[in-house]
Amino acid sequence: MNARTLNFLGMGLVGVIGVAFLILTPRFAELDAVLELTIYMIMAILALSLALIWGYGGILCFGQSAFFGLGAYTYAIAMFNIGESTVPLLLAIALPAAFAALLGYFVFYGRISDVYLGVITLTVTLILFNSVNSTAGPEFHIGVARLGGFNGIPGIPPLNYPGNRTAVIDLEGMFYLSTAALLAIYFGLRLLLASRFGRIIVGIRENERRAELLGYDPRAYKLAIFTIGGALAGFAGCLFANWGNFVSPTIFGLAQSAQIIIWVIVGGRGTLIGPIVGCIGIQWLTTALGANQPSGSDWWTRLLANAPLVLGIILVAFVLLVPKGLVPTLGDFGQWLLRARTRRTTSALEPKQAEER
Amino acid sequence: MMLDVQGLRTGYGRIPILNGVSFTVKVGEFIGILGHNGMGKTTLLKALMGYLPATGGLVRFDGDDVTAAEPYQRARLGLGYVPQGREIFSGLTVYDNLRMGCTKQAGSERDTIAEVLEEFPRLKPLLDRSGGALSGGEQQLLALARCLCGKPRLVLLDEPTEGIQPSIIDEIVEILLQQRNKSGLTMILVEQNLDFIAALSKRILIIQKGTITREVRPDDLGDPSLVGEFIGITT
Repeated sequence: MNARTLNFLGMGLVGVIGVAFLILTPRFAELDAVLELTIYMIMAILALSLALIWGYGGILCFGQSAFFGLGAYTYAIAMFNIGESTVPLLLAIALPAAFAALLGYFVFYGRISDVYLGVITLTVTLILFNSVNSTAGPEFHIGVARLGGFNGIPGIPPLNYPGNRTAVIDLEGMFYLSTAALLAIYFGLRLLLASRFGRIIVGIRENERRAELLGYDPRAYKLAIFTIGGALAGFAGCLFANWGNFVSPTIFGLAQSAQIIIWVIVGGRGTLIGPIVGCIGIQWLTTALGANQPSGSDWWTRLLANAPLVLGIILVAFVLLVPKGLVPTLGDFGQWLLRARTRRTTSALEPKQAEER
Repeated sequence: MMLDVQGLRTGYGRIPILNGVSFTVKVGEFIGILGHNGMGKTTLLKALMGYLPATGGLVRFDGDDVTAAEPYQRARLGLGYVPQGREIFSGLTVYDNLRMGCTKQAGSERDTIAEVLEEFPRLKPLLDRSGGALSGGEQQLLALARCLCGKPRLVLLDEPTEGIQPSIIDEIVEILLQQRNKSGLTMILVEQNLDFIAALSKRILIIQKGTITREVRPDDLGDPSLVGEFIGITT
């Protein structure tokens, strides 16, 4: 079995599991589980945006939450002003994309190197956090939408079917929408990465100078991939604002930014499915640990109730023991198993061949 | 005139390395550049490619002034560069490396690669391998093949024989001569292997302290005293 068939097999498997999950979950799960799964799907889209620009583009961006938050705030503000969700949805994708393009233009065309890029994106996120945080008064409003400062914006109207503002998408509809969007984005990115454009992006990640000397302008390609990442994060932000009907400045916070990077590290850089798995796994774990109230006074129950500590231990363990991430390591293990099997079969063949000779 | 360099100056930061290099290369000509270590051979190629900005002088490529052009723009115009140390994409397969080289026509990648591979039979069985798994000689062949995939008109080669087995050096000589006869390729070669440079170049420029001090013919390299004086290699 060569790499290409394995690749197609993997994609097929993701497709089948994804569609089965999409169709079956709302039939068998309770509504609160569906609600919980919806947020996992939304966050997985956010994880994909970083998987693309960091895992494939080699751009370590601490600011995906800036685009995520901008998407959420854009949707909220536009929704209060317009009332019909088609334009706010598109704005929530276009505005973060434009912001990413502007930021990326200065960073890439200014030839700012990787570490500074991380610092700059992180700083932008914190600037957004602080500025939005200090808009609590009634004088801060865009149109009829009050920004609300640290209180956030509550009661955001949900998405509706395009053109019909009374046909609101309900909770189950949000699950279908988020899951279908996640699947579409996953396969769309697979297509993008298999194209000439995707190959050049990977080439630039491998060796930027070499790619430039071959005749590609790395700045333009990095800007393009960064903008796509911004648009995806913005879209996830829009879905997030819908999910809780609420958005607050913590969306720009440090914890949120770090979390996205942790998903990608745990799941595996350089794959698309890895960050999805990492994101869902860690979110599930966070929820499970959070629900686990200390019942006894044993030291381990108290330890397990401390979710940040457990998550920290997991992150450190991954960085030290599984530096490639979950999915690439499992892939290596699978290949090792395959090879071990072929080795056994060939060694079993040898005496037979000797007899024939 | 394929390349016309007039008084080219460049350096790293404030340290000047080239102090006014002038030479010309005709279409289909193979030029060698010889010099001590640290005289500016590699720097000259980097400046020609635009990887180091020119602080003075003029570079004309096929009539176009490219003195201020970016490296990727020069590559698009038809300048191919195979740097020292080869710099292949070690994480990509051999085939993907070649595809990265096809910068000109996006459509006919497969034909271009097949055509180039005709000249590189040694690479054919290795297409699925990752670039980093090749031997030094194979990587050098791959770097050259990838450069030819971009259909360059002028190739800059920086010490292609460094640390490479003799049989592959002979192959490289043959491939380059064939390319010249077939497609009129022009080449500038920086090298310290005297046999290699003599086998390929018509004219050899001697570079000393950042300027071209002398031009010799390949036969002159048989004279040990001259080689010792100008090139610093005692044979």
